[in-house]
Amino acid sequence: MSNTKIVSPKKDMIFMAILSVVVLTMPIWLQPFGAAYPDLMQKFMIFGIFAIGYNILFGLTGYLSFGHAAFLGVGSYTAVWSFKLLSMNVIPAMIFGTVLSGLFALAIGFVSLRRSGIYFSILTLAFAQMSYNLAYSVLTPITNGETGLQLEQADPRVLDRMSGIVDDGSLPTPNLFGIEGIGYSGFYICAALMLISFFIYLRIFRSPFGLKLRAIKSNQNRMGYTGFSTRPYLMTAFVISGMYAGLAGSLLAVTDPLAGAERMQWTASGEVVLITILGGVGTLIGPLLGAGIIKYFENIFSAFNDTVLLNAFSFLPDWLAHPVASVVGLFVGEGWHLTLGLVFMLIVIFLPGGIMEGITRLTRLVTKRDKAEPKSEAHETKEKEQTSAGEV
Amino acid sequence: MDAIFLQILNGLDKGGAYALIALGLTLVFGTLGVVNFAHGAIFMMGAFCAVTLEKLLTLSVKVKDESVTFFDAYKETPYLELWFGDTGTAIIDWSVPLSIILAIPVMLLIGIVMERSLIRHFYKRPHAEQILVTFGLAIVLQELVKAAFGANPIPQGAPDIVSGSAAVGAIFGLGEAVVYPWWRLIYLAFSLITIGLVFSFLHFTTYGMVVRAGMADRETVELLGINIERRFTIVFGIAAVVAGLAGVMYTPVLPPDYHLGMDFLVLSFVVVVVGGMGSLPGAVAAGFLLGILQSFSSMTEVKDIFPGIDQIIIYLVAVVILLTRPRGLLGRRGVMES
Repeated sequence: MSNTKIVSPKKDMIFMAILSVVVLTMPIWLQPFGAAYPDLMQKFMIFGIFAIGYNILFGLTGYLSFGHAAFLGVGSYTAVWSFKLLSMNVIPAMIFGTVLSGLFALAIGFVSLRRSGIYFSILTLAFAQMSYNLAYSVLTPITNGETGLQLEQADPRVLDRMSGIVDDGSLPTPNLFGIEGIGYSGFYICAALMLISFFIYLRIFRSPFGLKLRAIKSNQNRMGYTGFSTRPYLMTAFVISGMYAGLAGSLLAVTDPLAGAERMQWTASGEVVLITILGGVGTLIGPLLGAGIIKYFENIFSAFNDTVLLNAFSFLPDWLAHPVASVVGLFVGEGWHLTLGLVFMLIVIFLPGGIMEGITRLTRLVTKRDKAEPKSEAHETKEKEQTSAGEV
Repeated sequence: MDAIFLQILNGLDKGGAYALIALGLTLVFGTLGVVNFAHGAIFMMGAFCAVTLEKLLTLSVKVKDESVTFFDAYKETPYLELWFGDTGTAIIDWSVPLSIILAIPVMLLIGIVMERSLIRHFYKRPHAEQILVTFGLAIVLQELVKAAFGANPIPQGAPDIVSGSAAVGAIFGLGEAVVYPWWRLIYLAFSLITIGLVFSFLHFTTYGMVVRAGMADRETVELLGINIERRFTIVFGIAAVVAGLAGVMYTPVLPPDYHLGMDFLVLSFVVVVVGGMGSLPGAVAAGFLLGILQSFSSMTEVKDIFPGIDQIIIYLVAVVILLTRPRGLLGRRGVMES
């Protein structure tokens, strides 16, 4: 699962370049899948950031946090406040969102990381639930309770006013020096940030620091015996992943400047765990894949309703179409979570390494079959496998 | 004084629910070593056993209303009333207590099926994977219930005779004004009896003794030629029954909806951790303790001093306990300490 093979920096750069091309051309190659609209692609990017951040903690150190949604929520609230008080520019919003979530993670991590295993999970869960409950009750002046925090015409926006941006009477939208935070330009902002975050994440993966995090996962005691105190490393990993979550949260606020407490609920923490597991825990691009797949299918599946289904099954005889449609209807539309739960269970049961493990297994199958064939070909595929293993 | 007394009662009946769920969680953890995130869903399914029975009992047919004479009016009358008259009405009235009879075999079956088909394969796998797979299972169960019963809470009535309030004040000499709903008192008594039954099963029967021996040293018990795995399966079933009954009886207090389980799960996990992972008395004590703490912190006098304390008190206590007494209140040495 953890890949400790030394990968040359050059290969990493090539990988990074390929990834950038793939991500930036998404509006083109996602067309045939019907997913090439900016809203959805922004979600891919944002949850990608959230998941790779989570992977730094869970994938590398093996600490299962059930409270990461709290950081997402803090990021969102901070970003909206920055829009309200300072400026509609996304840069301060993101900086504040990331930094504040980092501080928040520092405080929670300081307490939670005293314990490990299931106790750590419960502690993070407890903190996240506390934040969620507080956001709904006492902190209403800050979070605006159930309504959610929204932009208003009368917000101060000090920096904007000072730099002479005039009110044109409509609600302003988040922007990057005039480039809008929604639509295709918004997607490219998110994509750029995702690539930057991914680059940092890649560096962490390859660094001695990343190696130490993996050492914590494989054997914490032995790590201690060799003279490393594990706490600071864990702490750093926790704060970094909290900051990634905060960045994702503030980007969510950029795409839609409305922050609600339900983003902090523990089911939301469950979602990021799910994304990471589905893609492949501890693998490099697994979490990105997971985020893309889950958000894509969420979008596709939730759109189905009874009429659409009946149309889809209209080729069946009438007496069959209705029951089939109603059975399938359980799993789509409102019932999308049922599918999600089932897929999640199947993945944990049969493929604990997620999609990435599935790919590795498939390649192995293919190479095994090739071994019976002439040598040169087998050699080629083996080489291919090695490069792909180097990448993941 | 009256207010404090009432808050203690309040806390005790809420604590009863926590204790029952936490008891099952701990039992499963102590025997099978499995962290079961689907336990809340079992509680929820118990509650929906009561809903199902009520729906079955009140299956209705349209009957002409004789009391309206100047036009044809129809009203829904349950078959039971048609067939048995007043007895039928009484049966419908008592649907919640009657659901216990339905819930015991159903929950036992659900528990055993769950253990044999899924949980069994996760004994040896890391706790993280157990958490994840049971979390997935909880989502699935929850969504199935949502698909079958809809998303809205379905209120259930307690039998008429106990739907009023008891003048508990008079009994304890605190003045006539102190009253408390009968059903909640019944719930408290019910949870105490159930806890007592589980404990006596474990301590005063040979079967329970073997189970306890298995918890302490599984290998030796197996070497003695006892099929401990089958007993543990039964224990899982019993834990499911306990949680399910807790759910059935809780329906008149809180109308069940599909995410009832998730709401209680997080809390009862906290209860288990506070009580000490693997300690049955700890789970029960912590359940009642946290219930009482929660109801005290929701008094206005307390809320005035610490705003919002009622929302977070349980989690706060958990954090403090975990940091100061890592094993929980009554936790045993060597459980989950790696």
